[in-house]
Amino acid sequence: MTARAALRRYVLENHLFTDDDAALKDADSFLETGILDSTGIMELILFIEETFQLKVTDEEMAPENLDSIDSLVAYVERKQAAAA
Amino acid sequence: MCGVAGVLDWRAQANPVWSPDNGLLRRMADTLHHRGPDGRGFLKRPELGLAHTRLAIVDLAGGDQPIFNEDGSIAVVFNGEIFNHIELRDELIAQGHRFATRSDTEVIVHLYEQHGDDFVHHLNGQFAIVLWDERRQRLLLVRDRVGIAPLFYRIGETDDEHQLIFGSEVKALLPALVRSPRVNRRALDQVFTCWTPVGAETLFEGIWSLEPGTMLIAEPDRDKHLHATVRRYWDWRFPLSPDDCLQGSDEDLLEELRATLVDATRIRLRADVPVGAYLSGGLDSSILTGVIHHETNAPLRTFSIGFEDASLDESAQQREMIDFLHARHSRIECRQEDVGMGLMDTVWHAECAVLRTAPVPMRLLSGLVRRQGYKVVLTGEGADEVFGGYDLFKEAQLRQFWAREPHSSARPELLRRLYPWLAGQSGRSDAFMRGFYGAGLEDPDDLLFSHGPRFDTTRKARMFLLDPRPDHESLDDIRALMPREASRWHPLARAQYLEARLLMGNYLLSSQGDRMLMANGVEGRFPYLDPRVIELANRLPSRLKMRGLREKIGLRQAMARYLPDRTRTRHKQPYRAPDAAALFNPATGEPLPFVSDLLSPESLTRSACFEHTRVGLLLRKAARQPEALGTRDNQALIGMVTLQAWHRLFIESHHPMRPLAH
Repeated sequence: MTARAALRRYVLENHLFTDDDAALKDADSFLETGILDSTGIMELILFIEETFQLKVTDEEMAPENLDSIDSLVAYVERKQAAAA
Repeated sequence: MCGVAGVLDWRAQANPVWSPDNGLLRRMADTLHHRGPDGRGFLKRPELGLAHTRLAIVDLAGGDQPIFNEDGSIAVVFNGEIFNHIELRDELIAQGHRFATRSDTEVIVHLYEQHGDDFVHHLNGQFAIVLWDERRQRLLLVRDRVGIAPLFYRIGETDDEHQLIFGSEVKALLPALVRSPRVNRRALDQVFTCWTPVGAETLFEGIWSLEPGTMLIAEPDRDKHLHATVRRYWDWRFPLSPDDCLQGSDEDLLEELRATLVDATRIRLRADVPVGAYLSGGLDSSILTGVIHHETNAPLRTFSIGFEDASLDESAQQREMIDFLHARHSRIECRQEDVGMGLMDTVWHAECAVLRTAPVPMRLLSGLVRRQGYKVVLTGEGADEVFGGYDLFKEAQLRQFWAREPHSSARPELLRRLYPWLAGQSGRSDAFMRGFYGAGLEDPDDLLFSHGPRFDTTRKARMFLLDPRPDHESLDDIRALMPREASRWHPLARAQYLEARLLMGNYLLSSQGDRMLMANGVEGRFPYLDPRVIELANRLPSRLKMRGLREKIGLRQAMARYLPDRTRTRHKQPYRAPDAAALFNPATGEPLPFVSDLLSPESLTRSACFEHTRVGLLLRKAARQPEALGTRDNQALIGMVTLQAWHRLFIESHHPMRPLAH
């Protein structure tokens, strides 16, 4: 499964509670749409760290990295490239 | 406290078929046995039947109800206490009234003779009163100012609006109904917006809660048809400008506050049975126990709840106060499995879905009180609403401060001081914090501004509803509660009003208060909700309420002498119970059997309230990480399980039965 597919499935099933793929666009802002609440951000970070075996630093906990599927995919790919 | 119930139908004067029969009144009383195990009384007239179950506290021998005036033309049954009955009695005797008993109930009939419907303004107490004026052919249902004693009513069946059915709990009304009530979708959406039904709504379609501070007046029209009106006789009022605040030196105001609260506590110790006190370890209950110890001759007997989970437990703080006062104390510990095991029975008593499990331990605590031979306790409930103690009020003040300069990066930083967990969470960026707490900053004058973030979090659980109302409607219902003059109040007052009318009246004092106390036949008494205390506190200048991040400043100063220093300066710890994790088997991660049953596709189909796929996915997520579930998911899961339990108990069965322990 690609990172994008894994992230989409995680957000759809665990935050939107739906199997309807159309319920989430990759550019949707989690904050603006209210998809994530304050504890949801923590859950999301936990998921990324466990699934992609990486560490999200304090500095990286910002919307430009974590606020949509698109930004998450870019962030994960950057981190993985840096680690490789 | 006691239980009351009844049926009124003037058509019975012409045709006895409409007259409530004795068997029905007995069945209605049976449902309220837990509220009044010490005795029963009935009143039967052609058009009226009343039932009363008694918890004997004042005038044990002579206080059986109904109680009448001198010529028997006015009758009353009531649930509650009139704390100033001794003073009222003296006044009424001086005015020529003759008393037949020593009970506080009797002052009600004589006060009504003396003052008509304005009698209620003279009462300092907690009450749900049913008063029958035979001569004038009118029935009054009257509920106390803030909603301590519950009272529900229904006007007729759907096709018959000529009958009034009422009772202390909804279950007392059900024997009088031809059909099971249906789910009130409007109230369901409200519960998933702000934790409780709003205003007079209940989860039962067509059954209303008589709102705190109101009275229902029922009279016949010319055709002997029922004519009912609800009139508000009291409401929370706040200064319209600083000039309306109490004037005087801080020293004088604080002394007045101290003396009023001492007297509010003193008159709530009046009883012909011993009175105990809840002790949470926080400021409010500590003040009350300190006052009892220092200002009265009553023996101090205290009760508390502790939690196996150390992050919820306040036993160390409780111990400090017990040692300071040398109180005789009993404690009960609530384990996680107690919450799961007790949830069905809690719903049976609360008669409502709840989004927190916190009522369950409160029922265990009242059980401890009863086993120790007590049936009356003082509690500190209400102090946070009256004196502005909740973090939510501070949060709202900070957001108001932030809204004056929305682009400031320094102002929202203050939120990190209020909620230390925010500091670690958002890293360097404040963007997430802006996302969560910055909602509504553009309109700080909105009447719901203070509660915006809380409602936004709670409302997310509406995604699980099968058929939610349009997004804004429940918020509009809440906004409609606010009196017109509220826009001129201080923002803190608006927040207090919302908190008092929503969460306090409909949840803290009911699902988590009266219903959990009365489940075990225990009466709670609330000194902070004495009308004199409320009216004084509401008019205190804001410098004596909240300054920056310090809350309850005046209360702490006024009552300092009754407290050890550490209790006086302690930051508030919210009362919390183990949440959704308690619904799962900790060893296997599986939902407890009753949870699986209530959330099964068959059960969800029967209630038709929730969307199957979403429920299934949430259940799967929760089973994977029950301890790490966020606020929204916790609330949604508990809300769904308790709604399903409520549906099973009250809607699917026309003759509801208290659940067996599982």
